[in-house]
Amino acid sequence: MSVAEADTGAPEQELGDVLLTVKDLKKHFPITEGILVKRAVAHVKAVDGISFEVRKGETLGLVGESGCGKSTTGRCILQLDPPTDGSIIYDGKDLSKVSRAEMNKLRELIQVIFQDPFSSLNPRMKIGDIIAEPMAVHGVEPDAEKRRARVSELLTVCGLNPRFADRYPHEMSGGQRQRVGIARALSMRPEFIICDEAVSALDVSIQAQVINLLEDLREQFNLTYLFIAHDLSVVRHLCHRVAVMYLGKIVELAESDELFDNPMHPYTQALLSAVPVPDPEVEATREHQVVKGEVPSPINPPPGCVFHTRCPKAVASCQTDVPVLRELRPGHWVACTEV
Amino acid sequence: MAALLRIQDLRTQFSTSSGIVKAVDGVTYDVEEGETVAVVGESGCGKSVTALSIMRLVAEPAGKIVGGKIMFQDQNLLDLDIEEMRNIRGRDIAMVFQEPMTSLNPVLTIGMQLTETLLQHLDITEEAANARAEELLGLVGISDAKRRLAQYPHNLSGGMRQRVMIAMALSCEPKLIIADEPTTALDVTIQAQILELMKDLTRRLGVALIIITHNLGVVARYANRVNVMYAGRIIERGDAKEIYHNPKHPYTLGLLRSVPRLDQPRGERLVPIDGQPPDLTRLDDGCAFRPRCTFATERCAKEKPPLEDLGDGHLAACWEKDNVGLNAGKAS
Repeated sequence: MSVAEADTGAPEQELGDVLLTVKDLKKHFPITEGILVKRAVAHVKAVDGISFEVRKGETLGLVGESGCGKSTTGRCILQLDPPTDGSIIYDGKDLSKVSRAEMNKLRELIQVIFQDPFSSLNPRMKIGDIIAEPMAVHGVEPDAEKRRARVSELLTVCGLNPRFADRYPHEMSGGQRQRVGIARALSMRPEFIICDEAVSALDVSIQAQVINLLEDLREQFNLTYLFIAHDLSVVRHLCHRVAVMYLGKIVELAESDELFDNPMHPYTQALLSAVPVPDPEVEATREHQVVKGEVPSPINPPPGCVFHTRCPKAVASCQTDVPVLRELRPGHWVACTEV
Repeated sequence: MAALLRIQDLRTQFSTSSGIVKAVDGVTYDVEEGETVAVVGESGCGKSVTALSIMRLVAEPAGKIVGGKIMFQDQNLLDLDIEEMRNIRGRDIAMVFQEPMTSLNPVLTIGMQLTETLLQHLDITEEAANARAEELLGLVGISDAKRRLAQYPHNLSGGMRQRVMIAMALSCEPKLIIADEPTTALDVTIQAQILELMKDLTRRLGVALIIITHNLGVVARYANRVNVMYAGRIIERGDAKEIYHNPKHPYTLGLLRSVPRLDQPRGERLVPIDGQPPDLTRLDDGCAFRPRCTFATERCAKEKPPLEDLGDGHLAACWEKDNVGLNAGKAS
């Protein structure tokens, strides 16, 4: 995908201003050989040239299966992994060019909620200290008394009793821990939160509570979310727009309802048909199109369209030509030549 | 038709430092020959422990089956000694576990693991076992079987490993397969492949299947009958259609309302079940779902509701079942 193409890769719309622009982002992890002298023998192309925009106040979904690069994209935006190529522009500032001090300031505004509520909280710290830590680190609330008050407030906002501040993570259930993770993210009064599989580890009845909480918080604090997930039903429910990733590339991007009602890319179609709907009568009438084979290795992705090895619609040219994202309907972008 | 498996009032407990956990607290259900029965519930509801109890694989001495019967083809599995049970495991009843990463032995080849069951249960030569193993891999859709048999689990992807697990389960032509969250660790497209494979094979070979899952979509797509579990008990049972369209237990109703659906547009608010699942060491005489239930009355605090027949094989364990329905409380 050329940069020029990528530039137009995210459709412009009347909704809020653009908050984040990801342009032709690439992240290749080297595979090294040798003990003393390490040389790269190959690269895992985790993210291979993707572009999208996130507008203020929206929830953009990033979906795909394991290894498609969705979490790496999130980590690149957070600057936890430096991108190999491409740019990430947050509120007009190119994150790869800003100074360390500026980046630290931006880190307050960009927060993250991780998937696993068991490993993302320090087991030796009390809940109150976990939530207060970012405030202490960034020096936004130097007064300990005020910090404590803020912790109580955050716990309440996230539907937890303020008494939890004196407990340890192991005393809480998965759903409660995830609320702590959310409270920690909110402590910096962020604008933008990356939710990396934030509800995936939770049981359905608890998952619904956390989903509703995320929606309420977005409205209450004018938040913008990048919602990274593999569960398409949750994504449809929460996201305004959705980008579907496969093997490091975005294959389709559209408004949520448009994408789920009229999926155009063969991969999106297969993905949607693979998700069972909790209704036996609907299931009995649905067509189950099972996609063959498995996801190829990102070390050596197929030439041409990365999906051609599993695609039911593939033609000869798919093996050589890389499809670009084209706008086939207003706001509906598809990277496939055969639709 | 006679039931292949009949579980009666099964009770399995674990002793822990914080008290006795009643993981399975009086579970009764049966499975007929060739049918697919689902057991649905959230973490800790006892669905997996029920399965382990059937296989007599509950980790002793902490865990113990303290009551009930598991009748399989007219014999009570709980009366069998270790040797007799070992003859049934893998031959008549096979199990597919959730984690294809940890349920295969990493230092043995796929071939050795596949033929182990065959050599244990069937009176065949090693050559015949190898031939059968190749045939089984073909059956579960793994090409290039000869090469795969010589490989180790780490050479295979997650989906492939789960196919190997299914091949192992099928190897001795069992009458019943228990699949405990068989696709939870897999991606959706691979999940669909594995579930279609299991459905196809169990139908073709007439194997009964107990599918244990938390995914209501999977149940809707694949099961004939559904058992819903909560806090160690079955709280509702019936035909899949009946359970989804006419739930009579507030927990089932709550579950259905709290799942986001792929076929519904965004924006509609989910109705979660408030609160947390109960602590299984501190269950009282009342209904375990009471603290989270919007229908609860005083009676619910005093007596545990029995699983009562509502006709047509639909059973529910709720005192207020006549008031529960998709239209109750909220316009649906």
